[in-house]
Amino acid sequence: MNKYRIIAFGITKELLGGRETIIEIKGQTVGALRTALNERYPQLLNLRSLLIAVNNDYADEDVLLGASDEIALIPPVSGG
Amino acid sequence: MFFFVFLAYFLTFIPRCILLFNQSFQIMIKITEKSIDVQKIIDTVSSLSAGALNVFIGTVRNNANGKNVLWLEYEAYETMAVAQIRKIMDEASHRWPLLGWAVSHRIGTLKPGEVSVVVAVSTPHRKDSFEACQYIIDSVKAAAPIWKKEVFEDGEEWVSARPEMMKA
Repeated sequence: MNKYRIIAFGITKELLGGRETIIEIKGQTVGALRTALNERYPQLLNLRSLLIAVNNDYADEDVLLGASDEIALIPPVSGG
Repeated sequence: MFFFVFLAYFLTFIPRCILLFNQSFQIMIKITEKSIDVQKIIDTVSSLSAGALNVFIGTVRNNANGKNVLWLEYEAYETMAVAQIRKIMDEASHRWPLLGWAVSHRIGTLKPGEVSVVVAVSTPHRKDSFEACQYIIDSVKAAAPIWKKEVFEDGEEWVSARPEMMKA
């Protein structure tokens, strides 16, 4: 199992119950993290979209996660 | 040998300093809890070689979906917002001859009428300034990790978070 620290913003902060969450998953990719998050927090599936950012940039599903990476949940943005 | 390497390094150092000095007065990215001073942003992007200066000012609307908005709560993933805006500006600088540019976005609680975002650019001619300004604000709205929650008399809602059909 791999342990990652996730930071959440906007509506995901409310769905996960706080800014920071530690999650343990089997895989090491963004896609594996997404699967685990959807299982643990099925309400995430009701969002219009959910992107995952790694080290301040939007990440594709096959990106490998490192223990020191900054991982963030990016629900639909609405700045402006 | 060492002397020449040092000399070459030193000679490249001078123009780099000048570039940094120039840039520090003409570009700006800011995510702030304080109210935005529009005149200060105009001053930041002003350039004697510019023939046009274009400013977009986004303000808080007092209504959404036919309901009165009491206030908005803005939140940003600040380090990533700055990184994404930097990327947008790199692209804009390739497409248009920008002399100066600034992007400033408010976070925190904003009431109707308050300024939430300002984009300003200066260019030699006006067409480029209009196009660049529109590209920048459109891109910031699409890519910068910034969110707003509308607070109504009877509840609150994160804007665009859920599909339209799920709205009550």
